[in-house]
Amino acid sequence: MDSAALLKIAGVYKNFGGVQAVNDLSFELAKGELLGLIGPNGSGKTTAVNLITGFVRPSQGKILYRGRDITGWAPYKIVRLGIARTFQMVKPFYQLPAYKNMIIPLYSPRVKQLAGGKYGDRDAVALDLLEEVGFERDALVAYKSASVLPQGYLKRLELAKAIALQPDLIILDELFSGLSLAEVAGIVPIIEKLRLEGKTIIMIEHRLKELFRIADRVVVLNYGEKIAEGRAQEVMQSETVKKAYLGSEV
Amino acid sequence: MRVSLEERCACRRSRFFCGEVKKPRIPKERPSNEVLQKRSAPSAVNNMAKRKERIDRGIKARSADIFALSCWREMLYLAAPRVIPVVGFLILPLILGLYWQKVLLSVAVFALLAISWDILAQTGMVSLGQALFFGMGAYAAGAIDHYWGWPPLAAVPAATLMGGLICTVLLVPVLRLRGIYFSMVTLIIPLMLVRIVEATRIFGGTEGLSGITPLPSKWIELYLIMGALMAALFGFRRILASDYGLVLKGICDNDRSVINAGINIYWFKAQALFISSCIGAFSGAFMTHVYMFVGMPVFALDYSILPIAAAVVGGPGTLAGATLGAFILVPLSEILRGAGGLRIVFYGLFLVVFIVAVPEGIFHYVQRKYH
Repeated sequence: MDSAALLKIAGVYKNFGGVQAVNDLSFELAKGELLGLIGPNGSGKTTAVNLITGFVRPSQGKILYRGRDITGWAPYKIVRLGIARTFQMVKPFYQLPAYKNMIIPLYSPRVKQLAGGKYGDRDAVALDLLEEVGFERDALVAYKSASVLPQGYLKRLELAKAIALQPDLIILDELFSGLSLAEVAGIVPIIEKLRLEGKTIIMIEHRLKELFRIADRVVVLNYGEKIAEGRAQEVMQSETVKKAYLGSEV
Repeated sequence: MRVSLEERCACRRSRFFCGEVKKPRIPKERPSNEVLQKRSAPSAVNNMAKRKERIDRGIKARSADIFALSCWREMLYLAAPRVIPVVGFLILPLILGLYWQKVLLSVAVFALLAISWDILAQTGMVSLGQALFFGMGAYAAGAIDHYWGWPPLAAVPAATLMGGLICTVLLVPVLRLRGIYFSMVTLIIPLMLVRIVEATRIFGGTEGLSGITPLPSKWIELYLIMGALMAALFGFRRILASDYGLVLKGICDNDRSVINAGINIYWFKAQALFISSCIGAFSGAFMTHVYMFVGMPVFALDYSILPIAAAVVGGPGTLAGATLGAFILVPLSEILRGAGGLRIVFYGLFLVVFIVAVPEGIFHYVQRKYH
């Protein structure tokens, strides 16, 4: 599996002062796989994502992408390699209309490079991508300012901004949190479509039911340590995982 | 839906705009999973249809601000906000007396500094030291004239680039700072430079460099600065409205999100800084040739604070607001000279009244009322 691994995390540690946020984390990710990263609150999931995307530098350990050591790289350089992410707390450009939000990722050097300098009209591509994530065609919603959009659309916008970068690896940080069941049901097909296109995906989730339906494999974190890894149903049978999720009194 | 121009205008004769009004439509249901899978299957026909859709939507996006013009009133409505200032800038030097012509020079210089501040502010860098840009340009022009003896029309552009470059290099190390921390550094550097000039006695020390060659004539002076103001105002407004400008605004709005798009924000910030400092350096270099002198006062706090006041009173974020603010505040300060010792009190009162009455800025208010 070593040579086929798209992403390899090897013995990564991260401490913020006295807090050990990530403790000896190692896992691999094959191309085209959908990995779920789960764990109770504060277990270091988002820190793990920040480590992969370069927003946080690991104290120790290595992160390899396509066999290349990307440990400690600047985040914008990592994005250019083809790793895109969404944020748990959505980060749209509130001053701009939704479709203008898409212009900034479309202005990315990665997009220019992939398109060979012939990308055409960014507004048109932006509207096209927004339609793919469920901004209804011809409805006014894509033209509305991001500051007035409801949470469901902001999450979709966040996803669209990641897709716009044409990444090979997409990391979705709690994409489903704060969404209704109907909204989640609307987003799941988009993720499945991304998989059909051959994208590799890491999903951090608390909505386990929805995640388990689509994930190939799950990694469970607790207090920054990996406590289990494997197929979703098997992992949830593990005593350690039950304990971590439900507490020791059960 | 294609409707002829006449039909459109006939039905909305009372309105100035003849654009198509977008109607909210009932959103379509999300296609099922199978449909999505089918869609993603590669087929030439599907691709062609998709491409056509893309082109159609591109036209829709681009034509959002395009309106059919059918009568002179509509044309005037759209052209007036651009034509009136341009005509004003060109005619003002001709109709004003000698004293007010000098005031006009000062207005234009402060307008340029306010534009320079506004560009930085839109990129998320609130500067309290426009005097740094102004002073650096002024000293560069003075040094070029004094030591190398270049003619003013060559010295001004050279000093603009030189001043811009030096300021950018000075501030690049602090680009990572945000908010008040960046502001503090920009405030301190010009104050520091004054002391350096004083202590080391470089460039004439406390006496400065005098006897700088003036510009060839009064009219060249006036039209050079007016031309520069128009170029900066309309040119940079256009740049900030482009996709490049969106990236700059994005950095102000949410810099992590811009990084997450694979964009090196420090490179973009440095570019904005260079543009802004070049504008400031130009006004400094210009004033050196007008006063025929350059000395420590070019780093004075006036050049830092007044541009901010102008941008805030006029309305930040548009460049036009900054210009309008300078056109109000500088002449106001001249008119109040009659008040003697109480001048600064009245000036301060006016500032407070403007800010309390129109907190969004005069330009935004006028723009809203106009439309």
